[in-house]
Amino acid sequence: MVAPVAGAARRAAAGLAVVLGVVTLTFCLLHLAPGDPVERLVGPAPTPEQLAAARHALGLDRPVAAQYVAWLGRFAAGDWGRSVATGRPVRALLGEAVPATLELIGLSLLLSYLLGIVVGVVQATVGGRVDTALSITTVTLFALPGYWLGLMLVMAFTYWGRWLPAFGAAGLDAAALSGWSLVVDRLRHLALPLATLTLIGIGGTARFVRGAMLDVLGQPFVRTAHAKGLSPFAVSRRHVIRNALVPVVTLLGLSLPALFSGAVFVEAVFAWPGMGRQLVEAVQARDYPVVMAATAVSATLVVLGNLVADATLTWLDPRLRPRRQGA
Amino acid sequence: MSRLLRDRRAVWGASVLALVVLTAVAAPVISGGAPTAQHDIVATRFLAPLATDAHGVFHPLGTDRFGRDVWARLVYGARISLGVGSLAVLLSIVLGVAVGAVAGMWGGPVRGVLLGLTDFALALPRVVLLLLLAALWRPSAALVVVVLGLTGWMSIARLVHGEVRALGVRPFVEGALALGVGRGRILWRHILPNALTPVIIAGALGVGNAIMLEAGLSFLGLGVQPPTPSWGNMIASGRDTLVNAPWVATAPGVALVLVVVACTLLGDAVRDALEPTMRSRAPAARPL
Repeated sequence: MVAPVAGAARRAAAGLAVVLGVVTLTFCLLHLAPGDPVERLVGPAPTPEQLAAARHALGLDRPVAAQYVAWLGRFAAGDWGRSVATGRPVRALLGEAVPATLELIGLSLLLSYLLGIVVGVVQATVGGRVDTALSITTVTLFALPGYWLGLMLVMAFTYWGRWLPAFGAAGLDAAALSGWSLVVDRLRHLALPLATLTLIGIGGTARFVRGAMLDVLGQPFVRTAHAKGLSPFAVSRRHVIRNALVPVVTLLGLSLPALFSGAVFVEAVFAWPGMGRQLVEAVQARDYPVVMAATAVSATLVVLGNLVADATLTWLDPRLRPRRQGA
Repeated sequence: MSRLLRDRRAVWGASVLALVVLTAVAAPVISGGAPTAQHDIVATRFLAPLATDAHGVFHPLGTDRFGRDVWARLVYGARISLGVGSLAVLLSIVLGVAVGAVAGMWGGPVRGVLLGLTDFALALPRVVLLLLLAALWRPSAALVVVVLGLTGWMSIARLVHGEVRALGVRPFVEGALALGVGRGRILWRHILPNALTPVIIAGALGVGNAIMLEAGLSFLGLGVQPPTPSWGNMIASGRDTLVNAPWVATAPGVALVLVVVACTLLGDAVRDALEPTMRSRAPAARPL
């Protein structure tokens, strides 16, 4: 039992190093960038004294290295500071944004993997014209930019159909709603951003699953399974799909950063109150505390997702388990 | 090559790309006017596709809110989008091949450092990096090329590293080493030419991604700046007029999807033709 624990510890350490690297790089880039949050804070025609006073109050007049160490210490201790642009505590801002993004990404991950696996399995097992038609569909879905697909869905379902809302995560009257009407309001607001991310996700997953299935179908053990008289359905279910899904789990981990990136654009289109929108706004306003905390949190989430995918993979595929010494 | 010609995906993808490249090159001839040309704005804005305006000018794809011809902007935008996309991929290939080849050929601590760097860069959320880098300087097409190139070389470095290591133990390399040929020369003359296949495939797929990311950055206002047309900033400007002039955002999006599909199909077909053993493995991580 020593080897798995040591392996997990090594992976966790590597993950921590990545998060630390991301945070450090972000800090350097932010401070290299022209402009600072003070310029927006002090109004249109500040005197040099006002600028200097504001910078001093925020600690921006200290050496960059000192600012970095101070930020790292405070962040690790749980003091994430206040947003320069809005004055709100960063923890409160992210406390609203993180669940919103996780809801969107989590649901779209679930739906696009379920549907994508079904489509890919059908393509590989049925073949022929069905496969061709579905291949054309999935390659097109895969090529759709999220922000554009989002706009097209808004055009169809909001402006023409007048069925679904296009902006935000809740209606203006959400605070007055309760019970079912609140759930319906949430779901109606979720529908278009979720559909955008999921449609694109299905394209990618189905393409990958189809490939993985075809690879397994060519293996000798599949021929053996057929030869010993198993029904095609049993061969598919027991031998092909199980083996084909192993690389799909790796994909799950790998696609997390991509999905997060996609969410940045989709959130921008739908005004979804998540991490992506928060990050875009904060970078543009040079809101240092928000950018730093949002980057640290998103990098941590991505790293954690990869660790979970790794662990699932080892659990699914005994061949990947570390061998015991001397065995 | 003959296998490629028999592959419908390759034929279709290559034809679409050739058509778009030709359109971009011939932009001044076929656009029917400058992409920034404006006449009487109030009279010529928001004209529907296939309309002829009061000056007798035909607008095949209509006009935008400043009365500019959408077709002309689309064709000139193709120059920016294709140019930025291919230059960015070229930059990632140069960086990726350099890192991957050195790591694969020299080994030891050099390999450790370079592979660690690659893994680290792969783990960075690309869009966060893009946002930060794009905010560093005034947005421009050149900046987008550099930013996309700097954030896109990692998968190529890994591919090349794997190929170089696999080729490095082959007899012809051992033979060259035994003859006293330097490692740099072996790499350049014997290994790299043999390792280029996956790089070409990754490049073809990468151009589609890069075009999509360029459009995404321009959409967020961090890429190519109006009035210079790019497909991304056209979609962004069409967003505000989605209700009364949906064609402004639709046209560049359709063009973008066509080009990305063409790149993907061509990449798939080239891979299948060159490496039958890698058949059907589609990359599923995408930028946005």
